[in-house]
Amino acid sequence: MNDFFTVSIIIATLASGIRLAVPFLLAALGEAVGQRAGVLNLGVEGVMLIGAFSAYYAALETGSAAFGLLMGLASGVAMGLVYALITVVMHAEQGISGIGIYLFGLGFTDLLFQKQVGTPKPISGLQAKPFDWLAEDTGRAGELLFSHTVLTYVAFLLVPVVYWLITRTTFGLNVRAVGENPQAADTLGVSVNGIRTAAIVIGNTMAGLAGAALALEIGIFQQNLTAGRGFIAIALVYFGAWRPVGVMAGSLLFGIVSSTVLQLQVQDVISGSVSSIANMAPAVLTVIVLVVVSRRIGQPAALTRPFTRDS
Amino acid sequence: MLEMQGITKRFPGVVANEDVDFTVLPGQVHTLLGENGAGKSTLVKILYGLYHPDEGSITFEGSPVNIYSPSVAIRTGIGMIHQHFMLVDTLTVAENVALGLGKPLGLANLQPIRRRIREVSEEFGLHVDPDTYIWQMAVGERQRAEILKALYRNVRLLVLDEPTAVLTPPEVTDLFVTLRQLTADGRGLVFISHKLNEVMEISDEITVLRDGKVSGRTTPAESSRESLAMMMVGRPVEFTRTIADQTPGEPKLEVQNLRVRGDRGELAVHDVNIDVRAGEIVGIVGVSGNGQRELAEAIIGLREIESGQVNVDGDPVKTPTPKHVRAMGLAYVPEERMKYGSIGDFTVAENLILVDYDQAPYVRNGLLSFNSIEERSEQLVGDYSIRTPNTSTLTRKLSGGNIQKVVIAREFSGGAETLLVAQPTRGIDIGAAEYIHEQLLIQRSQGKAILLISEDLDEVMALSDRLVVMYEGSVMGRVSREEATIEQVGLLMSGVGELEISPVAG
Repeated sequence: MNDFFTVSIIIATLASGIRLAVPFLLAALGEAVGQRAGVLNLGVEGVMLIGAFSAYYAALETGSAAFGLLMGLASGVAMGLVYALITVVMHAEQGISGIGIYLFGLGFTDLLFQKQVGTPKPISGLQAKPFDWLAEDTGRAGELLFSHTVLTYVAFLLVPVVYWLITRTTFGLNVRAVGENPQAADTLGVSVNGIRTAAIVIGNTMAGLAGAALALEIGIFQQNLTAGRGFIAIALVYFGAWRPVGVMAGSLLFGIVSSTVLQLQVQDVISGSVSSIANMAPAVLTVIVLVVVSRRIGQPAALTRPFTRDS
Repeated sequence: MLEMQGITKRFPGVVANEDVDFTVLPGQVHTLLGENGAGKSTLVKILYGLYHPDEGSITFEGSPVNIYSPSVAIRTGIGMIHQHFMLVDTLTVAENVALGLGKPLGLANLQPIRRRIREVSEEFGLHVDPDTYIWQMAVGERQRAEILKALYRNVRLLVLDEPTAVLTPPEVTDLFVTLRQLTADGRGLVFISHKLNEVMEISDEITVLRDGKVSGRTTPAESSRESLAMMMVGRPVEFTRTIADQTPGEPKLEVQNLRVRGDRGELAVHDVNIDVRAGEIVGIVGVSGNGQRELAEAIIGLREIESGQVNVDGDPVKTPTPKHVRAMGLAYVPEERMKYGSIGDFTVAENLILVDYDQAPYVRNGLLSFNSIEERSEQLVGDYSIRTPNTSTLTRKLSGGNIQKVVIAREFSGGAETLLVAQPTRGIDIGAAEYIHEQLLIQRSQGKAILLISEDLDEVMALSDRLVVMYEGSVMGRVSREEATIEQVGLLMSGVGELEISPVAG
């Protein structure tokens, strides 16, 4: 038991927490962009699965993890266009459409996996660690900060990028306007449908990237690989009050809780039935988070409301 | 500067505009007058590119234009102040102004916009700070931000859709000063309203619409309130109402030191005391959002009372639920007839028994008795002249005025001796409003105690024995009908001066 509390294990747990936070962070940041534009996408989980399978299958066939990553992104763009068609152009109810996207992603990736791959075959994932050379010289803090793969840095770099996009650019101003009062934006000549479509595509691309990151990290695909991470990502958007930094804080919280549970199991601190219960930690945390943030301060006023001129 | 010719717009089942001609000259305030549904909004929505006309042409400053979207309208030089402000609450004034400007993929550079806002604000005395968030602004201020937004885009024709509906009388005066400055600058204004006094005051020219067609063109000099109303409604309208003197009886509704919280937890009703006696109408006036809605909801039991007490017929309300309060003898006509007053997808008959549905004779042995319901609703439809094809018509298919009559019929016929009536004529045609005013006075003469909550100052002043003015949740003043003047009540509504004009009981 004492073993768990050594500094090196704590550092390792935190470092792996940062790594586990990446899919949450990418998916939740993307979902936040969509929601700021007034579009709820409950299908994040499905898009993540499609992104994960696309990345895995492309990497498996070509042997190139980078090409896999590209396919993961492309599948996200495609799903974004599909979701924009359903919700923006055809004004479908967003909650139901999102569930449809999830079910489609779950079933479709499993079908393709069974048809095309069958038995799980590992791929060589993205192992490049750009700052690894720094980690050796900087000791434990270095291990915490510099031992990660490229995608981890990309994910955390996207936090200020998304913040900047939303708060400092004309596009971001338009996103905020169509998420709060699309009628007002429309009367000033802002293309509500155009902005919403762009925000959805950005969000879904990041969800696809999140799935790809997961598959390339683990180096394998299986049915329901994402195991609810996409749904937790939606909860994190609420937790983070629709702000990139808040979303990042939530993602880190979930990553570290997950890595701690894993570490406790590895160290055999908890085992057997207790271990199974501990696996529920993220789910329980999600519920607690949602109750705590139920006041929804900062929620875009037009979230889930389709835009038409006559309303 | 603007010529709209032969504009026709059809919607499924209705012709909203039929062969409408409308011209605005530079430096002119041209009023569009008409009842709800007469086609004013449709016409200006066509002008602003929100609707597309089926027939007709628009010429602006000498050249024909095809305004197919709001951005084209703005580029053409046409701006619009919508009735429901088109502002994004979570953005600042500068950010709202910046919307739709600049390169779509560029950085939002607000610095020059701020500077220009200050200049325009200065020039027209609008007093708008570019860095204030919209949600922090009062209604009058928001309207000035809207006007500024249009002026920033250098519009030469500005459409104002019912701009005074949300303003207090002093704010209306300020607005009119601003509007005159704009016309002095050579801009053309389209002013939409159904308040005849204002129309007479601000207009250079008046075009009256009825049922989608132009029913008259005139100027204030050539017309009177009566003649304008006649053009709007198509028949003479009675403006002055004689109210019989009668001595009020026992207090029926007593509100004592009432404190109620609003939706966001703020103190919405602040130590309010009101008594309403049998045979009198007490009117509560105030600009929308000053605690009137919360007060009504607290009285009927829809909103939790923080402290204080409500007595109905001399007895304190112990179980504040609508069912219980109604059983004590209070009837309630809520504001927003479609949201709270009736169920649109229920038939007229069903809506008419929405309160008594569980009482004999409408229910027997737990089953609805359709014969009694039918009999009762036929009678009420006749008594209250509800215009409906039959009692099994879905309520949402009726006109606003007739839906309101359904609500009034249900509430006034139930035998309650105290009536709580909120915004009874908002958004309904003059004919139906007249009818409802008559009904209120009949109820008064029958000795009912009536608490009338309305934002329509003319209505409250015409009907009430006493006026209670609310501002930010508190009673700002109490005035008897004989002593009330528009100016003085208007000042109270805007929170200026707290006074007790006459020693009338609260």
